[in-house]
Amino acid sequence: MELLSGADMLIRSLQDEGIEYIYGYPGGAALHIYDALFRQDKVKHILVRHEQAAVHMADGYARASGKPGTVLVTSGPGATNTITGIATAFMDSIPMVVLCGQVASTLIGEDAFQETDMIGVSRPVVKHNISVRHPSEIPEVIRKAYYIAATGRPGPVVVDIPKDMTTPNERYEYEYPKKVKLRSYNPAIRGHAGQIRKAAEMLLAAKRPIIYAGGGVVLGKASEQLTDLAHMLGHPVTNTLMGIGSFPASDKQSLGWLGMHGSYESNMAMHHSDLILAVGARFDDRVTNATEKFCPGARIIHIDIDPASISKTVEADVPIVGPVDSVLKELIALVKESKAKPDNDALKAWWKQIDEWRAFHGMRYEKSDTYIKPQEVIEALHRLTNGDAYVTTDVGQHQMFTAQYYKFNKPNRWINSGGLGTMGFGLPAAMGVKLSYPDDDVICVTGEGSIQMNIQELSTCKQYNLPVKVVNLNNQALGMVKQWQDMNYESRHSQSYMESLPDFIKLAEAYGHVGIRIDRKEDLEPKLKEAFAMKDKLVFIDIYVDPHEHVYPMQVARGSMKDMWLSKTERV
Amino acid sequence: MRRIISVLLENEPGALSRVVGLFSQRNYNIETLTVAPTEDETLSRLTVTTTGSDRVIEQITKQLNKLIEVVKLVDLTEGSHIERELMLIKLKASGSQRAEIKRTVDIFRGQIVDVTSTVYTVQLAGDSDKLDAFIQAVGTTGVLEVVRSGVSGIARGEKVLSI
Repeated sequence: MELLSGADMLIRSLQDEGIEYIYGYPGGAALHIYDALFRQDKVKHILVRHEQAAVHMADGYARASGKPGTVLVTSGPGATNTITGIATAFMDSIPMVVLCGQVASTLIGEDAFQETDMIGVSRPVVKHNISVRHPSEIPEVIRKAYYIAATGRPGPVVVDIPKDMTTPNERYEYEYPKKVKLRSYNPAIRGHAGQIRKAAEMLLAAKRPIIYAGGGVVLGKASEQLTDLAHMLGHPVTNTLMGIGSFPASDKQSLGWLGMHGSYESNMAMHHSDLILAVGARFDDRVTNATEKFCPGARIIHIDIDPASISKTVEADVPIVGPVDSVLKELIALVKESKAKPDNDALKAWWKQIDEWRAFHGMRYEKSDTYIKPQEVIEALHRLTNGDAYVTTDVGQHQMFTAQYYKFNKPNRWINSGGLGTMGFGLPAAMGVKLSYPDDDVICVTGEGSIQMNIQELSTCKQYNLPVKVVNLNNQALGMVKQWQDMNYESRHSQSYMESLPDFIKLAEAYGHVGIRIDRKEDLEPKLKEAFAMKDKLVFIDIYVDPHEHVYPMQVARGSMKDMWLSKTERV
Repeated sequence: MRRIISVLLENEPGALSRVVGLFSQRNYNIETLTVAPTEDETLSRLTVTTTGSDRVIEQITKQLNKLIEVVKLVDLTEGSHIERELMLIKLKASGSQRAEIKRTVDIFRGQIVDVTSTVYTVQLAGDSDKLDAFIQAVGTTGVLEVVRSGVSGIARGEKVLSI
């Protein structure tokens, strides 16, 4: 058997795991590993400008590809800088492995230079973390880390590697384990047959049903099954913010997404439904509004791989723990062979009601003669890219507008920080996607607040030639904060205004990219076209949009799902 | 409601801190906590007593089960079970008090395990209520020091928590 140092074993393990790219930043405790990286060419390393961005890159890649991303950083500040990225991935159940250098095991606990207890610091925001205690363990630890990250409910796994575990002259036998067995970790492989049967019966008997599909459908690669089941049953489908794309937005059964800024018809349909089929969703507070007023007439079937997500905030009547794809497949088979048929008269009446809601207030906004509306920018992007681009966002109004007006028909293309709400996510996430999908359009829709939280990565884009399109919806304010201040604090704009914005065009140019400013309505479409025609260039498109615009619909705080503001003046 | 949750945990560094961390992260209560290796040295057995509504307790057991190092767990309060806590208590004991304390210790089936001319150290095992009752019986003014182990528990009859 081959003898390798810990550092070489680590890199070989990544090769054997099939890892193509890792994103990271070197430093003292990781130098043996970086040397091992230098002496091979299978695993390629992307040098970011800040460790947080490395994690978001890995995250963007994972969301687009469905495979775990990989990060490599040094100890201390290198490790702590990854925490926001790790927490972002944790909240959205994104598979990833974060490899952190650590001071030598003999120095741990002595407040050594660049020492941080990364196992302790990361514990609340990881699915699991592992400290390497002997170099010979490395192949097994790495195999285990990827296995845990990618199976069950996915999530980030941190591996802490003390420097003396990677010493070059200490060699051990290398063999990459084929299988992992953990007696204490056995994710469900199928749902309970009796519960699935009960669910099928309820679905066929429902009069006002709705399918509520979350990020679990995207992560569980079950869009096809979800779409098939919905078509067989003829039920309306709403998505969570994380579930966007899991059911085609252009399908006539799609009601759009639901919750705080979801569509009027989806919130109304949820509230008045008699049966909710929740698939890979977690009844988040941004969906349910006040849980005690949540959907009073609805019984709930809840399918999720994570039993802890079921009956956490809202009690489920029929809990089903299992992988969404296999449970949906079984449901499809049961519905197919069942003698009972959907109650077509009831469904017809239900759809009539839904169509009335749609007619009353579909997704819409007021046009303006003077201002470019942020919504029309997103509609233009959708037209220009045929709805086929990978779109990442940061966090705020621009994120909501993008989710509302870019109609995603495919999963894995809508990439945002839904759970943690991390500003600074969009650009590095887009870079992670572009690197692995060089032929696709990759857009980062952002705002002048968010983009400045990781703008240094424009430099990384230059180094690795990552021609993403950055669409900056510039309203010269922290729009969502300002909106809340307008609505709840009598327009006292405390710290939500940015007085000295940089010249983004010059900034983009300084980093070696192209900058385009759009501040007149008539320039919007032609200049966007011009930007998208530059396939091999990163174009930073700085668009001056209506600074007074709010995101609507917006649920009324502490109300039920149906209590919404539809504009600045209309409340239902 | 008070619950006793018994957990089999991988006997590895850091595993205990995950359990304790989970309780504080998710705003759950820990009233008592005991932990020690089992006859199988790769496993620790941990007993935690906590309070909460049924929904909170359900979340606690589900969240504990999600920890990779938790091998198995049981809520002992769901069935009949035995619980014991050990107390060592140092009492002022001089003159006529000595006989009275000795009698009380006997009634509670405790043992005096250390004696000086002015102090008795008493060892007492039982459920938590019994230990509370003993402290009440001897009167708090005579109590110099108390140390309690926290609750350990086991199910009655054939039921076992093992892998």
